[in-house]
Amino acid sequence: MNDTKLNLILLAIALVAPTIFYPVFLAKILCFALFACAFNLLLGYAGLLSFGHAAFLGTGGYVTGYLMINTGLSPELAIILGMIAGGMLGAIFGKLAVKREGIYFAMVTLALAQLVFFFYLQAPFTNGEDGMQGVPRGAVFGLVDLTNNFAMYYFVLAIFILGYWLINRTVHSPFGQVLKAIRENEDRAISLGYEVNRYKWVAFIISAALASLAGSTKALVFNLASLTDVHWHMSGEVILMTLVGGVGTMLGPILGAGLVVTMQNYLSGGELGNYIHIIMGIVFVVCVLSFRSGIVGQFLKFKRNNF
Amino acid sequence: MITVFGINLFALFGQLLVGLINGSFYALLSLGLAIIFGLLKIINFAQGALYMLGAFLALLALKYLGINYWYALILVPIAVGMVGILMERFLIRPIANEDHLYSLLLTFGLALIIQGAFTHTFGSSGLSYSVPEALKGGTRLPFMYLPNYRAWIIVASIVVCFGTWWMIEKTRLGAYLRAGTENPKLMQAFGINVPLMVTLTFGFGVALAGFAGVMAAPVYSVSPDMGSNVLIVVFAIVVIGGMGSIGGAIITGLGMGIIEGLTKYFYPEASNTIIFLVMVVVLLLKPAGLFGKEA
Amino acid sequence: MKTVRKSIASAITTGVIATALSMNSFAVADGKVKLGILADMGGTYADICGKGCVTAAEMAIEDFGGKVLGNKIELVSADSQLKPDIASSIARKWVENEGVDTIGGLVSSAVSGAVSKVNVDNKKITLISGSASNTFTTKTCNPYNVHWTYNVVALANGTVKPMVESGKKNWFFITADYSFGHALESVASKVIKEKGGKVVGHVRAPLGTTDFSSYVLQAQASGADVVALANAGNDTVNALKAATEFGLTEQMDIAGLLVFTQNAQAMDPAVASGMRLTTGFYWDIDDKARDWSQRFEQRHGGIPSMIHAGVYSATTHYLNSVKAVGSDDSDKVIKHMKQTKPDDFFSRNAQLRADGRMVHDMLYVEIKKQSERKNKGDIYNVIKVIPGEEAYNPIQASCNFS
Repeated sequence: MNDTKLNLILLAIALVAPTIFYPVFLAKILCFALFACAFNLLLGYAGLLSFGHAAFLGTGGYVTGYLMINTGLSPELAIILGMIAGGMLGAIFGKLAVKREGIYFAMVTLALAQLVFFFYLQAPFTNGEDGMQGVPRGAVFGLVDLTNNFAMYYFVLAIFILGYWLINRTVHSPFGQVLKAIRENEDRAISLGYEVNRYKWVAFIISAALASLAGSTKALVFNLASLTDVHWHMSGEVILMTLVGGVGTMLGPILGAGLVVTMQNYLSGGELGNYIHIIMGIVFVVCVLSFRSGIVGQFLKFKRNNF
Repeated sequence: MITVFGINLFALFGQLLVGLINGSFYALLSLGLAIIFGLLKIINFAQGALYMLGAFLALLALKYLGINYWYALILVPIAVGMVGILMERFLIRPIANEDHLYSLLLTFGLALIIQGAFTHTFGSSGLSYSVPEALKGGTRLPFMYLPNYRAWIIVASIVVCFGTWWMIEKTRLGAYLRAGTENPKLMQAFGINVPLMVTLTFGFGVALAGFAGVMAAPVYSVSPDMGSNVLIVVFAIVVIGGMGSIGGAIITGLGMGIIEGLTKYFYPEASNTIIFLVMVVVLLLKPAGLFGKEA
Repeated sequence: MKTVRKSIASAITTGVIATALSMNSFAVADGKVKLGILADMGGTYADICGKGCVTAAEMAIEDFGGKVLGNKIELVSADSQLKPDIASSIARKWVENEGVDTIGGLVSSAVSGAVSKVNVDNKKITLISGSASNTFTTKTCNPYNVHWTYNVVALANGTVKPMVESGKKNWFFITADYSFGHALESVASKVIKEKGGKVVGHVRAPLGTTDFSSYVLQAQASGADVVALANAGNDTVNALKAATEFGLTEQMDIAGLLVFTQNAQAMDPAVASGMRLTTGFYWDIDDKARDWSQRFEQRHGGIPSMIHAGVYSATTHYLNSVKAVGSDDSDKVIKHMKQTKPDDFFSRNAQLRADGRMVHDMLYVEIKKQSERKNKGDIYNVIKVIPGEEAYNPIQASCNFS
């Protein structure tokens, strides 16, 4: 089966899914899938583990939410501005973080994200712990009213496809090839004359902008932007999604996001709500110890060896 | 109220004291991280969870076994150290040859499990542990009222931190340790059991977190998220100090506590963020950290 | 070939989207009554509205007979974790997808605000029992909000006014940093200023702070007569602990603006005795209250907080109205709820106003000394009963949904 066919089948599934499942739940999966794909661009294709991606998810949500509440912009513009804001924040983060490598890179991004967390906690426009409540969904291009959950879902699907396509293009472009070269052997890339830090920086900005796009969309779906999206737990969650699905694969993060969100949805609200972190922790440990290439990664390996 | 140049000394000294106490915990935790990092080159994300474990063990030991604070101060770090030894031996060592990022993620997962288990069992609201009888009450100083237990925290943690520093920098055992950091293969060739040394060192670094946990139990409520809240700050401190030196971890830890205390007096709005701001400045000027060596 | 496939794909797309858009997700009155209880199962407020709130709702349903409109009354519950985003998504799932008719419990104003927003979009009644902010019947009022038990205005009028009148003029606030704390501080400050007092400073501590030492030191340096704790639950207990440790209690008065029975029990009697506060309910006030409270205690394992009692009372009033109008249609039910007076062990001289505020008599109490306490639950001396009209703010014209 080639990739195009697989993608078409997945698209068909995505189109019919809301007739069976609750559309808001599906839209949530798509938002996190986009978030995980954006994160994976950095970890899977540039070898950089960011522990601060929640900052971008949250920034997208807050900026879009603020614009929707206060300016009456149409949702597509508010989302684009949210994405730009996240990209700009990413440019600052990236500039500081790419100076360091490996574990240090992770810790620097984590600490920077925590700075952003406290900023949003204290900034008056976010309403701190209360969250930015009552973000209107508006109407796309002033035409399609998003208060209908189905309309909202298809709008999110369109955004997801756009983001996914963009990541796909980036990975398969010459730029993406250089990133992979850096991931595999940074010294060689330097000796070949590539300005390694510059490439990393640009990758960071793209990843941040797309993560913000996910956050902006999520704020519309839930009519709410809150501190949960900026908290470092969220940065950990996106790592988990990517790791479970398969780092460095195109479909892995989507599958991972779907699994994690479904699990959370199933557990939250029930008696088992408390178990969620324990289960997530166990999945983390199992993945790292014996499953490092994730579900999709393992599947691809299996296919390569047997067919 | 005593004021000098418009500064309310009562308030200023109070905030400095609170800062120094927080700094004591930062120093203990970042010292543990630095020791572990030195030999294993990994960041132990579970350090915060083990600190929380230390506090809970002290609480449970008192409640169910009648072990008082003073015994807990010795027994709990040993118990937490044992947990660390098991962690290193059975979980971290199998992936020692993989990218170090995996061990970061592994310890992150462990932190989630430990914290989740305690949240599930005890709720997230926090339990109280009373100050030991001998250290109850306080002293009224000219500028402020100093609770005895708070003074004890500062003294005890400085003694432990510098004792550790002395052991590593000035004794034969420390020399082996430092040599093992520099060149493990050569040490192995000299007949030193490096894997055992690594395990024990990990245990010791983690025991420091357990010790900090017992110290913290009477002042902070014992709650499952006490570790994760402080850990991120400690990470920033580690970035500021640089991972090169043991002394750097201690000095940066205490120093950042004091800076935080000063901020609380002069500009309280920034007190949560000041350490991260310092980190950004240090990164811009000296990417390897204040005491770090460029890798 | 390629174009054929494309056109088939686009035909499917259009078809699916068209069908999906024509389906409406609006939940309708279905005659089946399903209640949702959102509580804090493991956090700072777990003792005052956690499992106990679910128990109280269960008791209300059982006492009602378990059935209404010919169907069994269903109850679902969940942990809000005190996070508005989690509460909002659970509420949305409940009302849009699982046929929940009303959501109650609701401790923490941030959570209640988020849930109320979801409910008003779906025309569902919000039975707020656990939150204190007065915003639900003023700034963010809507026709479906019902606010039971207490609010910040009643607390400020009850506790702060008499203290300022007795000559304690200078106040310092340690405030929980979210909507409830802000509302409480601002309402209390207004009362203080009206009575000729002064607010000399304030500091905001995050919800769930465990070490209040730096805030206590700020209070100590302020030179105030009274340090007001505009927080609740374990925050109050921890703040008082730090205040004792740093000798603040010897220098200044401490006013706990919102103290629940569970917290009063947890406080050191040596420090807390004599502290006066306002509450919406005390289990030992009369026979009816004692009866219910004993039943509750047997099931729950502790005496009820005013929120537990409020959940029972609000649920009962809701179910009575559903039965009376013969429908679970929110508009009809809320209209009836506002027309009839709630009457049970909790509601004394009570009335649900057109703005959704349930006005009832409040109690001004004093924490007993250790020597005066006969048992674990015996913690308050009732000083006086504050009539509802005196305790609560008058109805705001823009919130008059009659």
